[in-house]
Amino acid sequence: MIRFLLKGLLRDRSRSLLPFLTVILGSMLTVVGFSWINGAISTIIEASANFSAGHVKVMTRAYAAEADQAPNDLAMMGVGPLVEELRRDHPSLLWTPRIKFGGLIDIPDENGETRAQGPAAGLGVDLLTPGSPERKLLNLDQAVVRGRLPERPGEVLLSDGFAARLGVGPGSTATLIGATMYGGMSVHNFTVSGTVRFGITAMDRGAIVADIADVQAALDMEDAAGEVLGFERDSLYRKKEAAALADAFNAAHAEDEGEFAPEMVTLHDQGGLGQTLDFASSIYLLMLILFILVMSIVLWNAGLMGSLRRYGEFGIRLALGEDHGRLYRSLIGEGAIVGLLGSTAGTALGLAAAYYLQRKGLYIGGMMKNASMLITDVLRARVTPASYVIGFIPGLAATFLGKAASGIGVYKRQTSVLAKEFES
Amino acid sequence: MTKRIVLILMGLAVIAGIVAAGAVQAPDGEAILRRADENMGSDNKVTTSTMTIHGRRGSRSVKSKSWIRGRTESFTEYLDPPRERGTKMLKLEDQLWTYTPASDRTILISGHMLRQSVMGSDLSYEDMMEDPRLAKLYAATVAGEEATEGRECWVLDLVSRGEDIAYFKRKIWVDKERYVVLREERFAKSGKLLKTTEVKSVDRQGGRWVPSRIVFKDALKEGQGTEFVLESIEFDAAIPDHVFTKASLR
Repeated sequence: MIRFLLKGLLRDRSRSLLPFLTVILGSMLTVVGFSWINGAISTIIEASANFSAGHVKVMTRAYAAEADQAPNDLAMMGVGPLVEELRRDHPSLLWTPRIKFGGLIDIPDENGETRAQGPAAGLGVDLLTPGSPERKLLNLDQAVVRGRLPERPGEVLLSDGFAARLGVGPGSTATLIGATMYGGMSVHNFTVSGTVRFGITAMDRGAIVADIADVQAALDMEDAAGEVLGFERDSLYRKKEAAALADAFNAAHAEDEGEFAPEMVTLHDQGGLGQTLDFASSIYLLMLILFILVMSIVLWNAGLMGSLRRYGEFGIRLALGEDHGRLYRSLIGEGAIVGLLGSTAGTALGLAAAYYLQRKGLYIGGMMKNASMLITDVLRARVTPASYVIGFIPGLAATFLGKAASGIGVYKRQTSVLAKEFES
Repeated sequence: MTKRIVLILMGLAVIAGIVAAGAVQAPDGEAILRRADENMGSDNKVTTSTMTIHGRRGSRSVKSKSWIRGRTESFTEYLDPPRERGTKMLKLEDQLWTYTPASDRTILISGHMLRQSVMGSDLSYEDMMEDPRLAKLYAATVAGEEATEGRECWVLDLVSRGEDIAYFKRKIWVDKERYVVLREERFAKSGKLLKTTEVKSVDRQGGRWVPSRIVFKDALKEGQGTEFVLESIEFDAAIPDHVFTKASLR
């Protein structure tokens, strides 16, 4: 039977070519679209988690309420014991304290007067403790453009473009003018050990990365930190596990009603990321439904036209004794073959395009000049096992629906009037 | 007829009396403001003060000594706590420099840095830079009378004369007898309250009435405000010229 249908499809191109091409196009677009969205979302999650949100984050309640402003006057005190407690109670995660801060980077001339100045977004992370996960999380080893990573207290990294604008390089003195935890002015000298480029516009615009102990000293934050971030050791964010951990932690600290009690939030809860992720999930579904719908309409239409053209053939087959059901099933069988072959070809083409976009990526830095979102300048597709099968869903579903809808006409043919039809 | 003339004259006298009394009750706002400015004085003075900042996490005190010459020159050295000790500030006309011994850097405070808080207090550098002569910056009208801190005061509405003034409108309570500003509210152009000032005590020193305990409150910040206590003041002090130079910062 399959052989019979296949022969028919191959010999009568008008029966198969348009549906075949439609399925190829639909499947290919589905695979590319799925891989692209998958890649973009993974990139956003990874960059946001590593640079800002963690998979979970502990802050004071007061800090959490204004977290976008990184209000260090509301930071956690006694952060050392808290980190120890988290590491002891939740060893499956990596825990690391961080301080976000803002200020001006002031470059002195030979007389100590201001030579250049620019606003900076600072990040205080554990750079000097052996085994600290921060180098890997922030991809620092790969990000160095000039000089080296800090090896001694008092050394900092500046984003490369920012350093160029200020006219400084490794070995230069950079003075941070910021605000202490108590709101006073902080003026603190650092030595630039190197420059970095993260490939994230929001970070590369004007970042300073310093060891957290130096930032604590500069901002009068002894044993204090704005945030403690937790990361799954395999780098995979698991929404349900993170939410369960946060709920348990918050329940354990529920008795402390003070505004400086610790509070844990998940990546999903921060900076609208949850909405972005939920939106992306619904985009997958919407994309599938849309492709299935559009392709079904096209294939239905193609099927109707084919039915008109094959009017005589169907009449003869019915007259020869083939029952309506068998004829209808053979049409759906034709559709299944076209769908399967088209989906296979479409998936192959889609995977090729997706692999290309995964390797080469697409530069969007020009659109991110003023963005505050932590997203890399180059967005890449990400091919996953799901990419290999996702194209078959619209490919098969659309051909099935299209054939099923257009083939209904078969049942309207009455055997009793076939002879009259042939006579005319 | 004579009786009628006498009655008319008496009536006019009563009306004149009422008008005169009204004039006493509502004098010229500009004149009151000028008197208040004059009371601030423009002499050389050396002061020692403590600023206690009542933040959300508790209170901390910062002690400083200031040398002030006229209305445009001042030099302040912070004495306590240890972290702030040795930090100095120099104001010359419309420029403000700060020096911190830890960094050994002299920084010109300008632009948006002027909006930053001084030592975490409710006062900004912009507040420090402001010309103390309000009559020069604002047009004043008398809005009424009200007692504050047990003293009878004129209430003045001040509206800025120019665009580049930190606070577009102010409402001040001026002691009717001592011409000391006892209370103040500062507003943005939108009418939003930005800062309040309350003088809690006024002392007689060097023949002048001097506010000795003031509470400043930034209405946009949480916390209980900043309490400024004037511990000592020496009027007409001899201050060498070199104090008001950048060299004195280091």
